[in-house]
Amino acid sequence: MSASFDVRYTAQLARLHLSEEEIARFQVQLSQVLTYIEKLKKVDVRGVEPTAHANAVFNVFRDDTPRDWFTAEQALANAPRAANQLFVVPKVIE
Amino acid sequence: MELTSLSVAELREKLRAKEVSSVEVVRALEARIARVDPQIHGYLSRDFELAQKLAATADVSLPLGGVPVAIKDVINVNGEPCTCASKILLGYRANYDATVIRKLRSAGAIPFGRTNLDEFAMGSSTENSAFGHTRNPWDTSRVPGGSSGGSAAVVAADEAFAALGSDTGGSIRQPAAFCGCVGLKPTYGRVSRFGLVAFASSLDQIGPFSKTVRDAALLLTAISGRDPQDSTSLDEPVPDYTAALGRDVKGLRLGLPREYFIEGVDPQVDAAVRAAIKQYESLGAEIVEVSLPHTEHAVGVYYIIATAEASANLARFDGVRYGHRAADATGLLDHYGRTREEGFGPEVKRRIILGTYVLSSGYYDAYYLRAQKVRTLIRDDFTKAFENCDAIIAPTSPEAAFKAGDRSDDPLKMYLADIFTIAANLAGICGISIPCGFAQIDGRPLPVGLQLLGKSFDEARLLQIAHAYEQSTHWRKARPPMEA
Repeated sequence: MSASFDVRYTAQLARLHLSEEEIARFQVQLSQVLTYIEKLKKVDVRGVEPTAHANAVFNVFRDDTPRDWFTAEQALANAPRAANQLFVVPKVIE
Repeated sequence: MELTSLSVAELREKLRAKEVSSVEVVRALEARIARVDPQIHGYLSRDFELAQKLAATADVSLPLGGVPVAIKDVINVNGEPCTCASKILLGYRANYDATVIRKLRSAGAIPFGRTNLDEFAMGSSTENSAFGHTRNPWDTSRVPGGSSGGSAAVVAADEAFAALGSDTGGSIRQPAAFCGCVGLKPTYGRVSRFGLVAFASSLDQIGPFSKTVRDAALLLTAISGRDPQDSTSLDEPVPDYTAALGRDVKGLRLGLPREYFIEGVDPQVDAAVRAAIKQYESLGAEIVEVSLPHTEHAVGVYYIIATAEASANLARFDGVRYGHRAADATGLLDHYGRTREEGFGPEVKRRIILGTYVLSSGYYDAYYLRAQKVRTLIRDDFTKAFENCDAIIAPTSPEAAFKAGDRSDDPLKMYLADIFTIAANLAGICGISIPCGFAQIDGRPLPVGLQLLGKSFDEARLLQIAHAYEQSTHWRKARPPMEA
């Protein structure tokens, strides 16, 4: 398995805080999973096209016609914080 | 016979003949759930009052008129919670209907009750729910399977006439096998995913749980079809899936994949499946051996592709538009990191980490791209196999229901048990699990599932083959030995 697999760094990429206990546990468990996955390296995939979707469907368009969807109230109904018909977000620019 | 033990087809007849009203049906379910669900915990929530209201105005002339259908808590139903069994969506209320719900309503059905699952459909035991385990009605010390364990358990325990679930790597078929009911995963693109909370978008498909094959056909007919809101749903004709039921299987060829009859399959599961194969032979089907040579790689491919897609899909849980939000964040990164730490359970976190890793710079080609290529080879295996057979026959799971707690902290062992179901999702084909007998374990009968896999959009044939077997056996009449 890849020696570089680092749960702490990957968790930062995923914007996911983990406890020290979780970091240690996931490092062991997921290293086992990655070792298992290494088996795929033995498969000869030369000349094989990747499959992204079971059915190859490309460029699906629908008519650009207006229709009713959420009102602002509906869109905000589940927001943990909202004000003035807007989502409230933490300060982004320091 | 109790009202709640009827199949959907039987219930329909009684509703149309006015032997019973839809309101009485909901009342009977309410009583049954009150009696049984404390042992099973198949439901996360239900709203009897609303169901009564819908039942009072139900049009029983419609295909599913007045029939309550339970819904896995990962599908949006207007006005109802949709927790995905996750703390991160506690308090969320959907304000739209998923397309399958809209279709069920227009067929006259009553969406009723939200069933338990592994958090975000990630798991094979329903032990990953943030809101308590669901227990197997056949032995409450055992798991119902997963991730749609709640849907399977409530159908098996007669707490629902039928239910919807979702299947990303076997999450309909495996719990159906463990609980002794029918579970159908349609072809990718057969049923709209609009309104299904996404786990792995190239694999997810919604499908029915039921007591009989006929009921699965009735539900599939109601929910299928192209939907402009889901660009991956395909414009294939939707037949009446009940029409082919009753035709025999004489001359049909059933393929035994030699890679599926291997060591590691429980001997009692193996025996039950082999007896079912004999039964098909006596019904006139021809049994042929086929090969799916890349089977051993399916689990590895799946846990790369599914986690990669999940890590992207779950990025939407950011504590801004819906769901949990960490208090008193010191900044944006702290806000995201703690919101997600507090909201997600361990298995979801594990999969986000794995998925993020296989997509990360420097590893994408080695893991994700390679997995997509092996996925092509797995798909090609099925295309070749179907040149020689009309359907593939195999066990649904290598074992019967396992004990709760047995492997909840051994993810690799848990993942490997999905070996027989995940290839169908990777290939996009349809599959069904039907009861084929029992394994006697610790002095109790535990259901065994027979899996049939069909070509893409060949659900009519798959149902016909499943129905022929079901009608020639008595498994359907078996009921879990519950205090009731």
